[in-house]
Amino acid sequence: MLKAPTPEVDVGTALPLLDIRDLTVEFATRRGVVQAVKKVNITLAKGETLGIVGESGSGKSVTSYAVMRILDRAGSIAEGSVLFSGLDLRAAPESDMRDLRGREMSMIFQSPRLALNPIRKVGHQIEDVLLQHAQVGNESVSDKAVEVLEQVRIARPKERYHAYPFELSGGMCQRVVIALALACRPQLLIADEPTTGLDVTTQKAVMDLVVELTRERGMSTILITHDLGLAAAYCDRVVVMEKGHVVETSPSETIFKHPAHAYTRKLMRATPRPGITLRDLLPEEETARARPVAHNPVLATEAPLLAVENLVKEYPRKGVSTTLKKMFGTTPVPEGDVFRAVDGISFQIARGESVGLVGESGCGKSTTSMMVMRLIDKTSGTITFGGEDIGSIPARSFATLPQRKRIQMVFQDPTDSLNPRFTAARAIADPLLRLSDISRGELRARCEELATQVGLPLQFLDRFPHQLSGGQKARVGIARAIALKPDLIILDEPTAALDVSVQAVVLNLLQDLKDSLGMSYLFVSHDLNVVRLLCDRVIVMNTGRIVEQGPTQRVMDAPEAAYTRDLLAAIPHPPV
Amino acid sequence: MLTTIGKRLLTVLPTLIGVIIVTFLLTRALPGDPAAYFAGPAATKEAVEQIRVSLGLDRPLPEQFVRYVKDLGRGDLGNSLSTGRPVVTEIVSRLPASAELTLLGLILSMVIAVPLGILAAVKQGSWIDHTCRIVATAGVSLPVFFTGLLLVYIFYYILGWSPAPIGRLDAFTSAPPNITGFYLIDSLITGNFETFRASLSQLILPAFTLGIFSLAPIARMTRASMLAVLASEFVRTARASGLDNRTVIITYAFRNAMLPVVTTLGMVFSFLLGANVLVEKVFAWPGIGSYAVEALLQSDFAPVQGFVLTMAVMYVALNLLIDILYGVIDPRVRLEG
Repeated sequence: MLKAPTPEVDVGTALPLLDIRDLTVEFATRRGVVQAVKKVNITLAKGETLGIVGESGSGKSVTSYAVMRILDRAGSIAEGSVLFSGLDLRAAPESDMRDLRGREMSMIFQSPRLALNPIRKVGHQIEDVLLQHAQVGNESVSDKAVEVLEQVRIARPKERYHAYPFELSGGMCQRVVIALALACRPQLLIADEPTTGLDVTTQKAVMDLVVELTRERGMSTILITHDLGLAAAYCDRVVVMEKGHVVETSPSETIFKHPAHAYTRKLMRATPRPGITLRDLLPEEETARARPVAHNPVLATEAPLLAVENLVKEYPRKGVSTTLKKMFGTTPVPEGDVFRAVDGISFQIARGESVGLVGESGCGKSTTSMMVMRLIDKTSGTITFGGEDIGSIPARSFATLPQRKRIQMVFQDPTDSLNPRFTAARAIADPLLRLSDISRGELRARCEELATQVGLPLQFLDRFPHQLSGGQKARVGIARAIALKPDLIILDEPTAALDVSVQAVVLNLLQDLKDSLGMSYLFVSHDLNVVRLLCDRVIVMNTGRIVEQGPTQRVMDAPEAAYTRDLLAAIPHPPV
Repeated sequence: MLTTIGKRLLTVLPTLIGVIIVTFLLTRALPGDPAAYFAGPAATKEAVEQIRVSLGLDRPLPEQFVRYVKDLGRGDLGNSLSTGRPVVTEIVSRLPASAELTLLGLILSMVIAVPLGILAAVKQGSWIDHTCRIVATAGVSLPVFFTGLLLVYIFYYILGWSPAPIGRLDAFTSAPPNITGFYLIDSLITGNFETFRASLSQLILPAFTLGIFSLAPIARMTRASMLAVLASEFVRTARASGLDNRTVIITYAFRNAMLPVVTTLGMVFSFLLGANVLVEKVFAWPGIGSYAVEALLQSDFAPVQGFVLTMAVMYVALNLLIDILYGVIDPRVRLEG
C-alpha cells in the first residue's frame, strides 16, 4: 500500500493551500431553509492528502461543491469564507471561478461513466478542457490529449482518444476522468467517492494512480469517502463529518488507534474488517444484548437444498444481423456470436447455510443468481431445488407456481425495488396476496408480525417509500422476502447502497432471521469483508467460472486461487 | 454506415407489405358503395351493376388485391372517380405543396421553439421560462383554422401586407418549372426571384399558422430534455472543469438533449403533413390533405388508398431518417445498428 511519508507536508507554518473557515451552506427547500454544512473549518496544506469521511447527509460532498462553487441552484454559501492560496473564493466573480476550475482545482466524481459526456469522444472532452484553459494551441492539442491519456496509464492512448465512454470499462472511464481533472496540472484535486461502484481491484489501481500522480506533482488532494478504511489507507489526515459538522480531525494513524469522538468510534466499529464477528459491528451496548451467532452444523448426510450442475448461460451478441435472423427464422446463431456469461458452474447450498457468491462485475454472479431465482432461463445444466429440477421450468411460468414461494430475493437498491405507490404494508403484503391464500382479515396481522420480525416500527407500515430512510426501506425489502417463509433467499448486494452503520444493523438482522427461520442464503456481493462476516461458505467467480469455493475462513485466510489472492490483496488495509 | 442503412431498409419491407394490405382492406371496408355513388341517384340497377363491373368491384377480394398490387408495381394507383385523373399525378403535384408548407412551418417553429426551450431550461423559473410556457400553451390551444383566419384578417385584410390566401401563387405569377416540386427551391434554381418572392409571400402566413401550432411540443420537449441533461453528472463534470457556459450548454447539454427533440420533430412533421387539412382549406392550398378528405367524402377509394399509402411510406422514410440522425448524434445507437 502506498503510504510513503511526504516530506513536503508542512502544516501550520506556511500559508495553507485551502482554508475553509466557518463555512455554512444552506439549501432552499420546500420545507424552508436547510443547513447542509454548519460552521465547518478545514485547512489543507500544500502537498497534503486529506480524507473527509462521513455517512450520507454528513455534508462532505456539499462542502467540496461549495469550495468549487458548483452548488446547484437551491444551494448557497450562507456564512464563512473559503481561501484558496489566499484568494477569497466566496467573493470571486464567476468568470474567475471558471478559470480556476479545471486549471487550479479539479474534481473527480463517483460513477465515472456518468461523469463523462456519453456522446463525445474522450479525446475531445480532454481537448475541451485544455483549450478552455489555453494550455496548448489548436494545432498541438490532440497530441497533448494523447499525452494526458498516457499519463493516466491508459494502454494504446491513440486509439482510446477516439473512444466513447460506453466503449470503455468503468475503471478506464475513471482514468479518463482523472486525466480530465489533471490535464491542466491543478494544485488541488477533490476526489468525491472516486471508487464507489468500482471493483476492489480497480479501486486499488485507481487510488494508487491518483496518489502517485498527485504526489509526483506536489498536489494537494481531498478524498471524500464513506469508507474509513480507504481514507485512512491513502490520506495523511482524516476529517470526520456528521450531519454537517466536523466532529474530528486527526492524522490517519491516530484516528484508527485512538478515535476521539464517539461518532468516529461508531463508524469504525461498524466498518466490516477481518478478525471480528458480525456482532462486533453493532454499537457496544447492543453487542452485549445480541445473541451470539448460532452455528447450526450442516449435516453432510442431508441432501442439499439447492444443487447446481454445469450451469451455462449464453447471450447472443447484439446486432441487426441477429435480429433479422430471428425475424426470418433462419439458421441458428453461429459459434462466436454468443457470449458465455456463465460457463459451466456447479455448487450446492445446504439447508440453513449461507453461501457467499463473490467476484468482480461481469464475472457472472448476477446472471447466476437470476437463473437460480428463476427469473431468466438457463442455456444448459440443471438446477435442483429440494429434490426437484426447477431449472427445466420456464422462467416465464415460474412466477405463479407454488415453488416461487420457496425462493425469494432481496434486491440491491432498497429504493428502486419498492413500488413508489405502495405503502410499506402493501409492499410486504404483495407476495402474500399473490402466492398465498391468506384472508384479508389476517393480512394486516401478518404484515405487523413481519414488520416486528425485521425491526420495523409499526407506525412506518402506512408510509410510502419516499417517507422512509434507506435502512427502513431495506427492512421492508427483507420483510417482503421472508413473508412467504421461503427456504432460500437470494441477497443481491442488499447493503451496497447503505451507510456502514445501517449496514451493520441490517447484516445482523439477516443473521438473526436466518437463525430463527432456518433459511438458506445465497449472498451475492463484491465486498469480501461483508461476505466474511455473514457467510459459512464462499464461491469466488471470475469470467463465468468458479475459481475457488470452500469454507469462508479457509478461502479468506489461505486462498488457493491466484485470483482470490488478488481480490483479497486489493482491499484497502487501514494502518492498524 | 451504408450497410447499417441498407439493413435498416430491409426491416422496413415487412412494414410496407403490411401497410399495403391494411390500406387495401380499409378502403374496401369504407361505408358507401362507390358504384352506386357514381351512377347517380337516378341510375337503374343495371347501370350500377355495369359501373361495378367496370371498376372490377364484382370480383372476389383476393383477385382485386392481386390486381391492386400489380398496378402498384407499375406505379399505378388507379384513377380518381370524381376527377377522372390518375391518382399518382395528383399526389405527385400535391405532395410537394403540402411538404413545402409543412417543412417551412416546422423550420419556423424550430427556430423559435428550440432556443426558447433551451433558455427556459437554463433559466428555469425566470420570466423567459414563463414566457415559453405561455407562448407554447397559447399556440397549441388555439385551433389552426382560427390562427389561420386571424393571421389572414390582420395581415391581409387590415394591414394588407400579405397577398390574398389563394394558394401557392397569385394569379400574375407563373409556376416555376417542376424540378423538386418545391416552388421556393425550383424558382431559386432557375434564378427566378420574382416567383421566389411571390411564392414565399404566399407561404408565410400558412407556414406561421402551422408553426405556432407546433411550437408547444417542440419547446416543451426541448425544455424537459434540457432540464434532465443539465442535472446530469457529466454537465457537473464539465462545469467543474471550468468549461465556459456556451460549451457546457451547447456542446455538452444540448447535443445530448437533442434525441427526444428529434423524435418529437419527426412526429410533429408526419402529423402536420397529413393533418393540416384545415390550414389548406383556409389558404386554398392545393395540398394532399384536402385532396384526401374530398375523396373520402365521395367514397372515391383510389385517392384515399393512394393517400394512406403515401403517408405510410413518408412515415417510414421519416423514421428511417430519424434513425440515421440518431446514429449521427449518438454513437451508442450506431453500435446497435
